[in-house]
Amino acid sequence: MSLKSTPQTLPTDPAVRENLFNPEIRAAIDRHIAKYPPEWKQSAVMPALTLVQEWNGGWLTIELMNEVAAYLEMPPIAVYEVASFYGMYDLKPTGRHKVCVCNSISCLLNGSEALIEHVKKRYQVAPGETTADGKFTFKEVECLGACRHAPVVLIDKTYGENLTPEALDRWIEELD
Amino acid sequence: MTQKVKIEIDGRTCEATPGEMIIAVADRAGIPIPRFCYHKKLSIAANCRMCLVEAEQGGRPFPKLVPACATPVMEGMRVQTRSALAREAQQSTLEFLLINHPLDCPICDQGGECELQDLTLRYGKDKSRYAEAKRVVKDENLGPLIATEMTRCIHCTRCVRFGAEIAGLRELGATGRGDHMRIGTYVEQTLGHELSGNIIDLCPVGALTAKPSRFRARPWELIQVDGIAPHDGLGSHLHLHVRGRQLVRVHPRAQEAINETWISDRDRFSYTGLSAPDRLGEPMIKREGGCWQALEWQGALQIAAERIREAGSELGALIAPNATLEEMYLLQRLVRGLGAQAIDSRLRQQDFRGDAADASLPWLGVSIAKVEEQEGILLIGSDIRQEQPLLAHRVRKAALAGGLVATVNPYRLDLTFPAIQFTASPSGMLRELAALAKALRKRGSGTLRTLISEVKPTAQQVEVAEQLKQAGKRYRGLILLGALATAHPDYSLLRALAHLIADATRAKVGFLPAAANSFGAYLAGALPHRLPGARPAETPGLSAEAMLNKPRKVYLLWGLEPGFDLADPAKAVQGLDRADFVIACTGYRSPALERVADLLLPIALFAETSGTLVNAQLDWQSFRGAIPPPVEARPGWKVLRVLGNLLELEGFDYRSSEEVLEELRKQCAHAKPNNDPRGDLKKLPPRLSNGDRLYRIGNVPIYALDALVRRAEPLQANAEFLQVSLNPDQAAEMGLGAGDQVEIDQGEGKLAKAPVRLDPRIPRGCARIPAGLSGSEQLGPQIGPVSLEKR
Ligand code: SF4
Ligand code: FES
Ligand code: FES
Repeated sequence: MSLKSTPQTLPTDPAVRENLFNPEIRAAIDRHIAKYPPEWKQSAVMPALTLVQEWNGGWLTIELMNEVAAYLEMPPIAVYEVASFYGMYDLKPTGRHKVCVCNSISCLLNGSEALIEHVKKRYQVAPGETTADGKFTFKEVECLGACRHAPVVLIDKTYGENLTPEALDRWIEELD
Repeated sequence: MTQKVKIEIDGRTCEATPGEMIIAVADRAGIPIPRFCYHKKLSIAANCRMCLVEAEQGGRPFPKLVPACATPVMEGMRVQTRSALAREAQQSTLEFLLINHPLDCPICDQGGECELQDLTLRYGKDKSRYAEAKRVVKDENLGPLIATEMTRCIHCTRCVRFGAEIAGLRELGATGRGDHMRIGTYVEQTLGHELSGNIIDLCPVGALTAKPSRFRARPWELIQVDGIAPHDGLGSHLHLHVRGRQLVRVHPRAQEAINETWISDRDRFSYTGLSAPDRLGEPMIKREGGCWQALEWQGALQIAAERIREAGSELGALIAPNATLEEMYLLQRLVRGLGAQAIDSRLRQQDFRGDAADASLPWLGVSIAKVEEQEGILLIGSDIRQEQPLLAHRVRKAALAGGLVATVNPYRLDLTFPAIQFTASPSGMLRELAALAKALRKRGSGTLRTLISEVKPTAQQVEVAEQLKQAGKRYRGLILLGALATAHPDYSLLRALAHLIADATRAKVGFLPAAANSFGAYLAGALPHRLPGARPAETPGLSAEAMLNKPRKVYLLWGLEPGFDLADPAKAVQGLDRADFVIACTGYRSPALERVADLLLPIALFAETSGTLVNAQLDWQSFRGAIPPPVEARPGWKVLRVLGNLLELEGFDYRSSEEVLEELRKQCAHAKPNNDPRGDLKKLPPRLSNGDRLYRIGNVPIYALDALVRRAEPLQANAEFLQVSLNPDQAAEMGLGAGDQVEIDQGEGKLAKAPVRLDPRIPRGCARIPAGLSGSEQLGPQIGPVSLEKR
């Protein structure tokens, strides 16, 4: 009866479940659910959160997390745990873009500290916050897995490598 | 028997089962290994790293230290728990844990019994090297039972694992990562589970402590006395922690065969009801005009004796099923000694037609521990989580191990395990069972035959019947009848059907006791049809129902509140009103009791008296008084002894409750547990028809069970209040909506106003209107016809 070997299921009324999100998102989540044994629906929690977050414009509300829990028939707290653990989920409203600067070892050695300082000063924004004009949310994140081209910055879904503060500025400039 | 292996821990040879963890073997051998996250009843998390030890296998040391809680043993393994390397690792882990742990022991309620404090004493350094800022965590509000100080949390996740694995309801979790990790509910909520209090004991530090007893005493000021829980059929083993004359708190005492290492919140916090403001401290008598006046015991007992003597055989006695065995035995001696036969403790039963055929000494049918080994369990009329919280945990284990759990109930239960639930109105419950019987190709006789001929089993019923049969074949089938069955107007027929299904499946039939000593009543003879030793009475006396229908001259009420503890409060109060004199031996004064009673005698309650309770598996569990009763209140057995003497009955000169018990024990030598009906239950016509009348389902909520819990404030803080729960469709048909106020009409019993609540778990044809809650004392039968009128 361990936490790991027995899934905790909290059955959701089918009538409720079939009306969550929208048909496309449900279908997309279902494709992920299909990858796991039937009783392990909740293994799809990460892709489900990603899909729902995108649908909601970049961040997750408690209600949405509850709905993900209901859709995957798992305890809501287990969804909060996942959503609060991983840096790619945002639990408060975000700007139009997300500028994620890697703060892990390789990048740190190659100047990400300077990048972070630069963004803070130049755009007047602290890590985890959004610029006053709502253009972007600034995030410090853990290793992005592209260490050989450190320092690395991820903006939305695009990687920028070997960045200098000036290069980063140009890139940010191009954003809408 | 699995093969054993030999391993060596700190030079000592220990026997172990392959696959066992090092820590379990060491614990058995009494070799201490420090730990925080490991708990023998929970899954292994291995996240605290306090238990690191050095180990080697076949002369080859493991490349690094291993966690003793997560390293399985193998033949010839050698472990060193106190080598220089191990000690250093343990010390460093502790140093890390202390980085963010506040050093506020002097103001921490866990101080003196804190695992972190104890281990710091052994492994800690006397000086901290950490001078940076410590983190501070916002506290959680987990409700009235559990106090939090989350900055002290060391993230062992015992509480989280408890919720997931034992309670089956995950409310707590670990959110955030690394330094930002927090244990909590994330969205503020009260822990709603009936076993939630156990996380107080599990938490190794002072992050989770008991709110009701917080800051009331230091552990070293407490005296620990063994006790037995007085509510459900388990009789969980308790440690009562006493300071001076006060019971400060209640902890579980490990007893694998009964409560394992847990207790329910009801058993843990009900003690708070002992000091309720309406506790009765001295004998009181009702004078002209309904004024109550205190008087001396001597005078009070004399009045009681006189009235009882006058009544003679016209005496009726009702005793709460949580009274001690000694009280029950003496009370029945007194009643029968006067030539009266009216004594009963089955206060919530309506259908006594089956008494002649009643099981000779009912019990659970299997031992408590064996419940979890059942492969097929059919629960008839039991809201098991509310009635028997820890037994529900055993049923849950059976279900999670792959066993079938099926229920037949008048409403859907919220269960924390998979179960097939048949939900039907009271008369529908008979048909559900009849269908199961039919699926097993039973035709039945008498009334059952008619019932069975009228139903057609569904595919699901056939499936359940088949699985029960498979379980029965392996002697792992169990059919349990609970409190909602006992309160059913056709309890006799439910039983007859249960036995019929048991016959066809070879499952065992078991009974769930309504209260802590329901089965003790059979042994003590506190029933109209049983003499001490569970011997059948030749001429059965009046049942609880009969003695209220045919008013007695004098009533003696023991430990009960007529409005809350009887099956039909409205009728009961009428019956009591017509008596010449009502004597109530009670722990509390309550308006309903004061209305019907003429004399109140204060008796000792839980933890205040010595006595014995007989649990569901018929263990006689004796205990001593841990604290004195308040003011002038006296242990019940002493009150009865004096009354017996005043009435000049033979042999009432007991010097101790043990003497009373000894006398009874001798008469019980031949009493054998037996759930078989002693006669025919099938001939009775059903009282309920299939008509379309609305039925009240008067379940007894978990915290309304008896006078003590009803006064336990922390438990009451979030408890249910009286509402009329209706199926949404049913409500719509009746033109009712959520929040509407209705008048509840049960003939003699009426309540002017109660709010409606919509609840899809209630079947059509039923209105769930609980018993035992404030307001319900004006109502009629717990399960019976009801009409609702919009106000
Ligand atoms: S609250 Fe207590 S039991 Fe829960 S994780 Fe923290 S220290 Fe462990
Ligand atoms: S450390 Fe920055 S990408 Fe790996
Ligand atoms: S007790 Fe072994 S890691 Fe916690």
